[in-house]
Amino acid sequence: MVLFPPSPSTPGAAAGRSRASRSVWASPIGVITLTMLGSLAVLAVAGAVLWGQAADRPDPSAVLRGPTASHLLGTDHLGRDLLARLLSATWLSLLLAVAATLLGAVAGITLGALTAVVGGRARRLLGALINLLLAFPALLVAMFFAALFGAGAGGAVFALAVASAPGFARITQTLAAGVAGTDFMAAARVLGLRRHRLLLHHVLPHIAEPLMLNTTVAAGSALVALSGLSFLGLGVQPPSYDWGLLLSQGLDRIYTEPLPAVAPGVAIVYASVAFQLLGEVLAGAAARRARTRQLEEPAVHPARADRPASVDHVLEVEDLRVALPSPDRVVRPVRGVTLALRRGEMVGLVGESGSGKSLTALAIADLLPDGACATWGTHRFLGADAESSTRKERRRQLATGMAVIFQNPASAFNPSLRIGTQMTEAVRAHHGTPRAQAVEQALAQLQRVALPGGRRLLRSRPFQLSGGQRQRVAIAAASMMRPGLIIADEPTTALDVTVQRQIMDLLRRIRHDDATAILFISHDIALVADACDRVLVMYGGTIVENLPAHELATGARHPYTRMLVASVPDMAADRDRPLHTIEGGPPDPCGAVPGCPFHDRCPHRLDRCAVESPVLSPLDPGHEVACWRPLPPALLCGQRETEEVEK
Amino acid sequence: MREGAGLALYDVTVRHHGPFGPITAVDGVSLEVPQGTTVGLVGESGSGKSTLARAVVGLDSPCAGRITVGGRECRGHRAADRRRLGQQVQLVFQDPDTALDPRMTVRQSIAESAGAFVRLDRRSREQRISGLLELVGLDAGCADRVPRQLSGGQRQRVAVARALAVDPAVLIADEVTSALDVSVRAALLTMLRDLQRRMGFAMLFISHDLAAVRHVSDAVAVMYLGRIVETASTENLLRSPRHPYTRTLLSAVPSLHAGRRPVGEPLLPGEVPDPASPPTGCRFHPRCPVGPSRRPGRDVCAARDPQQDAAGQPHRAACHFPYHVGDCPPQAGSVHPDANGDRAPRTPGDLPS
Repeated sequence: MVLFPPSPSTPGAAAGRSRASRSVWASPIGVITLTMLGSLAVLAVAGAVLWGQAADRPDPSAVLRGPTASHLLGTDHLGRDLLARLLSATWLSLLLAVAATLLGAVAGITLGALTAVVGGRARRLLGALINLLLAFPALLVAMFFAALFGAGAGGAVFALAVASAPGFARITQTLAAGVAGTDFMAAARVLGLRRHRLLLHHVLPHIAEPLMLNTTVAAGSALVALSGLSFLGLGVQPPSYDWGLLLSQGLDRIYTEPLPAVAPGVAIVYASVAFQLLGEVLAGAAARRARTRQLEEPAVHPARADRPASVDHVLEVEDLRVALPSPDRVVRPVRGVTLALRRGEMVGLVGESGSGKSLTALAIADLLPDGACATWGTHRFLGADAESSTRKERRRQLATGMAVIFQNPASAFNPSLRIGTQMTEAVRAHHGTPRAQAVEQALAQLQRVALPGGRRLLRSRPFQLSGGQRQRVAIAAASMMRPGLIIADEPTTALDVTVQRQIMDLLRRIRHDDATAILFISHDIALVADACDRVLVMYGGTIVENLPAHELATGARHPYTRMLVASVPDMAADRDRPLHTIEGGPPDPCGAVPGCPFHDRCPHRLDRCAVESPVLSPLDPGHEVACWRPLPPALLCGQRETEEVEK
Repeated sequence: MREGAGLALYDVTVRHHGPFGPITAVDGVSLEVPQGTTVGLVGESGSGKSTLARAVVGLDSPCAGRITVGGRECRGHRAADRRRLGQQVQLVFQDPDTALDPRMTVRQSIAESAGAFVRLDRRSREQRISGLLELVGLDAGCADRVPRQLSGGQRQRVAVARALAVDPAVLIADEVTSALDVSVRAALLTMLRDLQRRMGFAMLFISHDLAAVRHVSDAVAVMYLGRIVETASTENLLRSPRHPYTRTLLSAVPSLHAGRRPVGEPLLPGEVPDPASPPTGCRFHPRCPVGPSRRPGRDVCAARDPQQDAAGQPHRAACHFPYHVGDCPPQAGSVHPDANGDRAPRTPGDLPS
């Protein structure tokens, strides 16, 4: 059955990055932006050349005329054509705005980025300076400095640069702080690199994109602000003219002739909207690049194998497949997983990162990320077939019958809610348990996981607990519903070794007391061998071996399992024997190569392995292997591998 | 290089600014890593291992104590001091995903490091880069990739190559294997051991993975709440740990070959104390299985710090009531000596080619 039906495919979706960013410019807003910017650029270059003479030619016979056929916007007090003046002012207006923005950006970005590379005291001083500068309204600062520098185009540009620098400094400071905390910056510091190198090679390239967007938008605001300064008489001085000055001159007679004032206003708005739109489109292109596309086609619907439900099994999954969309291709991390868990059984699922073990668990728990698509032949949970029940029923059954414990206890709880609320919400929602009774149940569960504190603990919030305590609370919360199955996804990886043992003991106790089946996912095979009854070894999205846990150390039959076991540094193993390593890398999760996923790394491969994929088939009771040539069980593990290497 | 050169720490103390006053993350730690050897530093999160590493490379400044590299003290905050330190000590970080600049190719990353202290012309730089890549077992085709295109193990190898590019006297490996998969982890451990034999740097190998530490280290130091509670050669420490904390730590390690452990009592009662207000006397005493809370009459643990008594011995255990060397560890099944008993310590000379 299909869990997340893919949306109807779009024909152009197969495009990679280049097509995606091009399509932003091809969208209506992109076309409009390009047209507006193009017209401005043409006007800026051609305006002064084409209409510059007309704009400066006084005509005493036509002073302060209204719009006529020869002067579309009328004339000014010297009889100069206002349309020509408006068009030829484009050049200066845009130049000043861009100059002010660039000056302000350079000053502000330098100031802000310095905070990432200087020492502690200098950083605090710089931060305080930026805060101080930000406290003044930008336009007031601009007017103050414009008056200070003296009225004129240069003064206005510098004044505006000074006024806009703190804003740039603040955003740069924030962005750079993110880069400054990274390990690669620490590594560069340890290398003793000089500050300018740190700044130019490591800090600025990482924050360039958002800063460019910000600068583009700021250019639009700078245009408005500069026009404002000119309008107030602090900016461009006659005989030069920009849109602000034209607006100011037109305003004197706005009641008799509105057009000479409105037209420069429209020009200012037009140009600033063009800059803002450019920022929008650039931001859109950046966001689009990060977005992934939808799956185009549903994965192949596997044939259903109709087998009667086994009463003993809590969970039965057959031929589970998961497909994930990624920016350029479809990843298939799970490729036909079949597993079954009996009541009260603790099963370990081991594999390296990318082997698909976590996605298998998420698919079982119906928690796959958006866009992912899961298909399976059979999926029975607590005896109910997933296909014959509605989505709502399934969700309800999962909510009451299954619990998931996540790797990171810090992010598994809502930080703003009290522990008690989060522990009791499931029983109250699904079983309708009254509040007082739910709290009693929660207290009993907390006692079971050996957490003292009782009601006080229920009133606390997640951040007040240590990592180990949080994970114990997560286990207590998981067992509140007495679920038939607990999926524990690397529950101890983020914890210390002594805490890890506490958690493992707890899981084992819960499984004994409540007959809860536990699917324990881990990459730590020593831990899995120690805690579980049965181990499933995953490689390249398939289960390659299913064996009793006590046989893992010496009785594994699949070459991958053997090599994995040999590569574990063990406390009891000979220290001078070199650890075994598996040559090569894991298979490409996107590729569709036939044959055994392990064949290119396998020292025992046959010709058949490359063309035909082995299926999981029983060897001994309770032991299944997906291999065309399982290793004989007699040889002691490790010895054989070493011999192979020596050959 | 003279005898005893390498990394040495004397009474190093590092404090952080916490929300409620200073937190002493590292408290009076003395440690020696002789040239050509590896010292493993184990301890749980919050014990101050990484702070110690950052202090050694100068990312955190100690508020007391001395750190010497090759017999010379490294102090000072000027750029020149930092550069001198960077030439001597390099750090490899835990997470290979963030340790490399995602916008720089492998070639650029290594070139930056290789050219940080010596000026190289184009040809010698290329030679150096390909030499370093070969050293860490990467093929030359990796040079023009960005970190995103490499696997976790490959990235960590690049990080090691970048650290070794300056030819440091001391390499600090801060949890370098904990983000890696088992099979990759083994390869990296083997590589680090091998590189150390070839290049002879001193290595401080920080990890919470005792099995990994055991595999690469000549000596092991165990840290608890900012202090080193036990130091000994790897064989001695693992075979007959003397500090109760070390015993607990060892018995908690799952082993693939040792058989199943029984479900037992919680290993350590209570939680790790707040480092802002550590317990008096021995810092481990409130949780100690043989301390005053279990054995009445051992009040000295809460009153007097056992740190001083332990100084100067080859197998130091900062404990008033250490286990004796002959005592069997609490769960003998999980830790037992190697099959061939005593062996001479590894030396850089007797390596297989």
